[in-house]
Amino acid sequence: MLRFAKAVGQFWYDFIIGDDWKIAAVVVTVLVVAAVLVARGVGSAAAIPLFAAAVIIGFVAVMFIDVADS
Amino acid sequence: MGSSATWALLLAVFLAAIVEFVEALTIVLAMGITRGWRSALAGTAAAVVALAAFTTAAGYAITTWLPESALQLTVGTLLLIFGLQWLRKAILRSSGLKAMHDEAQIFDKQRQAAQAAHPESRFGLDWFGAVVSFKGVFLEGVEIVFIVITFGLNAHKVPAAIAAAAAAGVVVIVAGALAHRPLTAVPENTLKFGVGLLLSTFGTFWAAEGLGLFAQNGESFAWPGGNWSILVVLGIWVAVSRLLVLAFRRRAAARADADVGAGVDAASVTEGA
Repeated sequence: MLRFAKAVGQFWYDFIIGDDWKIAAVVVTVLVVAAVLVARGVGSAAAIPLFAAAVIIGFVAVMFIDVADS
Repeated sequence: MGSSATWALLLAVFLAAIVEFVEALTIVLAMGITRGWRSALAGTAAAVVALAAFTTAAGYAITTWLPESALQLTVGTLLLIFGLQWLRKAILRSSGLKAMHDEAQIFDKQRQAAQAAHPESRFGLDWFGAVVSFKGVFLEGVEIVFIVITFGLNAHKVPAAIAAAAAAGVVVIVAGALAHRPLTAVPENTLKFGVGLLLSTFGTFWAAEGLGLFAQNGESFAWPGGNWSILVVLGIWVAVSRLLVLAFRRRAAARADADVGAGVDAASVTEGA
């Protein structure tokens, strides 16, 4: 049973996180920050472009970290 | 959802499904040729049944338990992570920092592994061939199901998304049956780049809409310009990807120059599927 649960967990980790956890970390972090801002009253006109820009900047940063590390 | 956005959605599903079907076909072909077609096809059929059950369960759970904005947020976030993973690999490959996906090489590796495996019979089948075929079809199939469900439910176009994936399956299976070898002519890296861009675009779009879940009324946010903003987001992702490829190509060329003396191949920096 434990082996099965471990295999299922590993499958979903590989499926969603893939071989670079930093991308998932960036997306989730940006999402959490954006959610907090929205909950504090920031409207869609500001939240949407901020969210999109943060995801793009985060992705670019991850790519440069990857290339520098390799 | 407008017709242009719907066509983009169907194109994304079709291309993503082509890529995954080609990868699954390579595995099934290798098993069929080396371990026997009966076992390979039995494994494939079992995987199709498992996928159907998975699709039904996942689709029911998502539509039953998630409100609209939560659905957009969940699906958008997953698509974004998934799409950016594809885009990352495609950018590294296009810039020469990662080895290109080679279907012929994968086929050879699978065939060698199948030839080396000890014969073991269960339920009248060659167990190695059946299990490897099952795993290959199921794992690649889950990615197709994931894309079909997420795109289909969020855009309220599930039948169209299923039709696009099924059409891709028919194209690949017919081509594979005619060629009787891996479909190496399919420009898989280019397709992955395109699909990565589309998944990232729709992921960004829907995740941002889903942020409305945290607003006081809990309703989905609306992008300025509605669905037309999808084109703007796509344009930005295309530009960002192109700039990254150009920047990394220069870096790869500089590394290649530096490694000439040491005999190191730039594409050997990172490996992967």
